[in-house]
Amino acid sequence: MTKEYKTISKIAGPLIFVEKTEPVGYNELVNINLPDGTTKRGQVLDTSDDIVVVQVFEGTGGLNKECGVRFTGETIKLPVSKDMLGRILSGSGEPLDGGPRIVPEDRLEITGAAINPYARLPPKDFIQTGISTIDGMNTLVRGQKLPIFSGSGLPHNEIALQIARQARVRGSNEPFAVVFAAMGITNEEAQYFMRDFERTGALERAVVFLNLADDPAVERLITPRLALTAAEYLAYEHDMHVLVILTDITNYCEALRQMGAAREEVPGRRGYPGYMYTDLASLYERAGVVKGRKGSVTQFSILSMPGDDITHPIPDLSGYITEGQIVISRELHRKGIYPPVNVLPSLSRLMNSGIGATRTREDHKAVSDQCYAAYAEGKDLRGLVAIVGKDALSERDKKFLEFADMFEDRFVRQGIDENRDIETTLDIGWELLAELPEAQLTRIDNKYIQKYHPAHRAKAEQKE
Amino acid sequence: MKNKGEIYRISGPVVIISGLNTKMYDVVKVGKEGLMGEVIGIEGDKSTVQVYEETSGVRPGEPVENTGMSLSVELGPGLLESIYDGIQRPLPVLKEKMGDFIKRGVSASGLSREKEWDFVPTVKKGDKLNGGDIIGTVQETQNIEHRILVPPTISGTISTIKKGKFKVDEVICTLEDGKELTMMQKWPVRKPRPVSKKMTPTTPLITGQRILDGLFPVAKGGTAAIPGPFGSGKTVTQQQLAKWSDTEIVVYIGCGERGNEMADVLYEFPEIKDPKTGRPLMERTVLIANTSNMPVAAREASVYTGITIAEYYRDMGYDVSLMADSTSRWAEAMREISSRLEEMPGEEGYPAYLAARLSEFYERAGKVKALSGKEGSITVIGAVSPPGGDFSEPITQNTLRIVKVFWALDAKLAQRRHFPSINWLNSYSLYTKALGPWYDEHVSPDWVKLRNDAMELLQKESELQEIVQLVGSDALPEDQQLTLEVARMIREYFLQQNAYHEVDTFCPMDKQFKLLKSIMSWGDKAQTALEGGAAIEDIMKLKSKDDLAKVKYEKEFDTALGVILNTMEDEFAKLKR
Repeated sequence: MTKEYKTISKIAGPLIFVEKTEPVGYNELVNINLPDGTTKRGQVLDTSDDIVVVQVFEGTGGLNKECGVRFTGETIKLPVSKDMLGRILSGSGEPLDGGPRIVPEDRLEITGAAINPYARLPPKDFIQTGISTIDGMNTLVRGQKLPIFSGSGLPHNEIALQIARQARVRGSNEPFAVVFAAMGITNEEAQYFMRDFERTGALERAVVFLNLADDPAVERLITPRLALTAAEYLAYEHDMHVLVILTDITNYCEALRQMGAAREEVPGRRGYPGYMYTDLASLYERAGVVKGRKGSVTQFSILSMPGDDITHPIPDLSGYITEGQIVISRELHRKGIYPPVNVLPSLSRLMNSGIGATRTREDHKAVSDQCYAAYAEGKDLRGLVAIVGKDALSERDKKFLEFADMFEDRFVRQGIDENRDIETTLDIGWELLAELPEAQLTRIDNKYIQKYHPAHRAKAEQKE
Repeated sequence: MKNKGEIYRISGPVVIISGLNTKMYDVVKVGKEGLMGEVIGIEGDKSTVQVYEETSGVRPGEPVENTGMSLSVELGPGLLESIYDGIQRPLPVLKEKMGDFIKRGVSASGLSREKEWDFVPTVKKGDKLNGGDIIGTVQETQNIEHRILVPPTISGTISTIKKGKFKVDEVICTLEDGKELTMMQKWPVRKPRPVSKKMTPTTPLITGQRILDGLFPVAKGGTAAIPGPFGSGKTVTQQQLAKWSDTEIVVYIGCGERGNEMADVLYEFPEIKDPKTGRPLMERTVLIANTSNMPVAAREASVYTGITIAEYYRDMGYDVSLMADSTSRWAEAMREISSRLEEMPGEEGYPAYLAARLSEFYERAGKVKALSGKEGSITVIGAVSPPGGDFSEPITQNTLRIVKVFWALDAKLAQRRHFPSINWLNSYSLYTKALGPWYDEHVSPDWVKLRNDAMELLQKESELQEIVQLVGSDALPEDQQLTLEVARMIREYFLQQNAYHEVDTFCPMDKQFKLLKSIMSWGDKAQTALEGGAAIEDIMKLKSKDDLAKVKYEKEFDTALGVILNTMEDEFAKLKR
């Protein structure tokens, strides 16, 4: 039995300072016994011979100097089991669904060690999400971390759910699971997610961690780590392909800032701690594929950009760690287009290795590049039209202008339950490109034009 | 002198120890597991240590031992083809010892102690040796001869020298004063290796990337920075440079990089063939991979580990290029440690010594005469990741004060899939003058003028674009429409380059020259035709113009270009009639 100390000297925000202890390990888990008999948990942030600083996960409400503090001698661990699938757990891993506690098959450290880069396999297997703007233009691959950069009031939750429902690895029956971690979302949003999970039956292949807006902010710092630990367990011990959805990273970062301020640290940009990059990396980098193991961890995080500002520290630092980003556009949303993905600033860095003849279709890259270029040009022309009017445009420019409109209307727009396979997506792309003069398709190899362009396709198929 | 102390306080990677006699930058072994750390501050009987490994669970009171050495790297045969973490532990060895995930408390030496190398001496008994002299050679990989150097601090007369197969820590040479030399030497990473003298760079680094070689060249021994917002193609550009640069040795530092990208490099480099020798690129490469979730202190050290290895090969007389991706992550590691030390912050929370550290690092580049008398060089190419793509932030600004070449990546270009997305208006190179004579001799006396003309045209285009934005291109006079068209051809046919295309990924100087010259001469001919009364619409429709677009992808470039040039002559001749 470990000793109980009644030597709290100071309580400040979420932190307590304990004196005259025996040596206590850094990051050790701490139990705090309140006078009313309840127990709170915390973690050692700073330890020395004289004083130990503990951050309390459930908040310091109700604590006084009389509380007993026990150091457990071990770091925080998550009990894991395959039975976690189908369960709804709190932000600190306790059951919320009225079910029994998880009977652990193993207890794992939640910080998770870094994957040795030499042990990684470069991600290259296409995941079909059924959404054209992602599959066609910003392809997701297994082991990737691809966040959605959104803003308040935009339908990122719908998109996340649609992906959670539709995501699959083509032509394989390998087990697929979703780990969903909510950080600081409102009760209403949580209900929405739960309802949708139940409606579509997605819950049975999912593990859900919920830290709601009124749960203590400190708990938010461990919620994503619990989720990722569960994901790694399912991926590496049970050979599943796990898609982790973290929402909302912005709330996580706010909690990080709050903790930094409580610890009186020197703040970095906009008051966020200087180590936020490293801290975020310790979450995002837990995606990957490991040589010789069947499972994989793919991350799809949602991040709402404060003031739609992509240069805000949270999206900015995230963008430097993640392998691209899907940007949700308020402008498209206002036009009534769902999903309002703006493909121009969106990017999937691993796309090139996940597409092509053996993975999707040989013309994928060419179609995607050409659509990008044509859409970018069309959008530029809109600015010009606003000044000089449509009539001043050349015939060629008019075509591009129309292309941009059609692209948004037919390629970007799709139904919330519409699951397009990659061939459909690429064919829509071709139909739109066919409206442009063929000589303008400079980014597409002639052999693909002969094979896939609607004007030649019938002929090509006849020959075959 | 006491060399045993104990831990007093732990806060993340910063540990304070007491009762240990230390010097600044001594390497210490912390705790029961012997975690590696480095002394970065001393006060009273307490020393502050940054620890290169995770410190969870470590307690006050655990023992600390001083090794008395500064953080050093092992230099000798076996560096090439290696993949290290930030403190020169080989990643494959770590994987073997602790599995797929990086755990702590495992040490691994930088050079294999098992492998034997065939040592051929180039000196004999009785020869006088000075620091930095070459005493023999080892064939390290098929095309790289490793020259064994006397450590810079040692000199004397040879009493015995051996020949044959040895391990790196076996004695191969003894001096009359009893000193023993092995093939391996250690060097503290934070201290530049001495040279005989620094020289002015006069040869360009050929990278095979048209916008770099053509418009903004860097000299061998020079320094360049690539700043750019995320998603603008920084890493691809760095990797292209690592693949194609005409240096003998490449040191690639993935500092705070993405794990998956690093995995890609680790997979790809052994596959790619060196264009000159046909051997795997890995045979001339040293990779240092410290991903963003590996310990932050090791990230800080990784840049020094890399440059010290580069200096070692430079001292053998090789041209070395060093890519650091990204120096921002390195600076952030400094900031993070500085803030844990509760130092007074400078701009944006970075330590006040940021500028000094950056310039010290870039100053280790250069073309030199080594102690051995051979000439070698280190070209340093540092990626910068400015927050929000804002070039006014401290790292970009401090870097720009030091480096001579600036390749400004532009997210707008990347969004349009214009790659490499280097902005031709904002970028600059201060080497163009110094390299002039080299181009006259090795490419063509026309080259410098051709390049300047092209730059001028692009500049003119950007001015015209402002007008076009207002009135549309059809409202411009015909000759200006033509200028726009030729500028577009330079941008799309010349500057755009596809890193994933087997032919286009590398473009030799000669091809660059011919391609640009053909585009410019098409422009001249069109101008003449226009003045001769030809209609602009007809000129725009010429087949030769469209042909020029795709000629860069041709395997038989010269033949294909020849055909196009003939078409061009014919077409313009017809226009006249």
